Amino acid sequence: MRRAAALLLLLVAAPARAEERRSGFADMAPATRAMQQDDMANPGMLWVLEGGALWQRPAGAAARSCADCHGDAAASMRGVAARYPAMDPGEGRAVDLAGRIALCQARHQGAEPAPRESQAALALAAYVAHQSRGMPIAPPADAGMDAVRAEGQALYRARRGQLDLSCAQCHDDNAGRRLAGSVIPQGHPTGYPLYRLEWQALGSLQRRLRGCMTGVRAAPPAYGAADLIAIEAYLMARAAGMPLETPAVRP
Amino acid sequence: MARVLLQVPATARRGEVIEIRALIQHPMETGFRPDASGVVAPRDIIRRFACTWDGETVFSAELHPAIAANPYLSFTALATASGTLEFAWTGDNGFAQTETRRVTVAE
Amino acid sequence: MASRRAVLAATPGLLAVALARPAGASPEAMRQAMREFLGPDAPVPRPGRVRLELPPLVENGNAVPLSVSVESPMTATDRVRSIAVFTERNPLPGVIIAQLGPRAGAARFATRIRLATSQQIVAVAVMGDGSVWSDSAQVVVTLAACVES
Repeated sequence: MRRAAALLLLLVAAPARAEERRSGFADMAPATRAMQQDDMANPGMLWVLEGGALWQRPAGAAARSCADCHGDAAASMRGVAARYPAMDPGEGRAVDLAGRIALCQARHQGAEPAPRESQAALALAAYVAHQSRGMPIAPPADAGMDAVRAEGQALYRARRGQLDLSCAQCHDDNAGRRLAGSVIPQGHPTGYPLYRLEWQALGSLQRRLRGCMTGVRAAPPAYGAADLIAIEAYLMARAAGMPLETPAVRP
Repeated sequence: MARVLLQVPATARRGEVIEIRALIQHPMETGFRPDASGVVAPRDIIRRFACTWDGETVFSAELHPAIAANPYLSFTALATASGTLEFAWTGDNGFAQTETRRVTVAE
Repeated sequence: MASRRAVLAATPGLLAVALARPAGASPEAMRQAMREFLGPDAPVPRPGRVRLELPPLVENGNAVPLSVSVESPMTATDRVRSIAVFTERNPLPGVIIAQLGPRAGAARFATRIRLATSQQIVAVAVMGDGSVWSDSAQVVVTLAACVES
């Protein structure tokens, strides 16, 4: 009986919790929100602009551009970023959006993909993700991805580093409270790649994750590592339904 | 070539004061910032911006390292006659970029 | 293996971190920079006619929106010639010196600036008649909790 009551409570509580989810946008100062909302003031739009040029540029042995296969990104890429990370059947593993773009460059353009976190890689990812701005995050239903997301959840809850802190201890247990002058965000990856005032540049979710890990004095995995993609996949599932903001601005 | 976003109205009425906004991709490295190995990165900034209308200065500015990365500027121009607005950014390490926009001024 | 020094330098602060400031940052350095901008014969800036706007509280000092507007008809004979902005506690006091032509139409501009810490910011406008006007603003830069470097 008590167990049934507890379960009922859980079921009632679950949707309320979903509504309490907040994008980091909601916790920003008015000036920072204004910077994101105005495309002429949002520096992230410079990377989107650059990505749009790269989309049209022929590359690699095939001398083919992204547009030669995918046409107008406004149509073909709409909603795509909202579904990543996803399984790549050829590789038999989960890939994030940056990884998908790199695979595409290698397979179909015969090109050396731009290194992760390079300006070109970020620009193209921002351009593709920008086509999904305003669309709800929609992680794919896929048994393979379920396993990856479970792994990601375990990593999210694992204590790490000299400070012995898990992601969950800040971003679930203490979200909304303050650490020094900053509100601890819930950690929903709604706007990546995003322009971080601290970075003074655009950066990926993996950069943010690695920054958090070094923050708790843990050795972060290398860019592109399966562990980072698993955490990305879990966070996107945790943020399912929230609208994408790329390119977001954060302090 | 640095990416530039410019907002300039294509048309204006004579005597109208138009709003111009310009955003350019540039790190504005201050010359005070140590990198991960403790070495201070040398200064690399845009030092000057100028906007002219058919060669006549509308607005110009000397920028210092305290201007944020990816410099943003908004200012105004008086629409007197149709012409070409030129925007020029120049800076350290030979940085130079120019953009132009045509504005048609109606009576 | 990375040197101990490199590891320490690369380790981000959780609960950061006072930014090291060069010795030049001081109210006196700001007054000196203002004198250099105005020249030896200029009058002392009077408060008024200039409106300097910045958010009173910012969560990151790397990109703080700033706007300046000056009351002026902006005619060929009666206009603002230049507007400069100075800070009290940045490594260097100068921020921007703007020159306005007769084609500016209005005396206002906006940009984004860096503030190393909470401090006073001053805008000074020089008019066609040689008079000098100013406004100031105080900005609090809050301490960031998690920074990468």
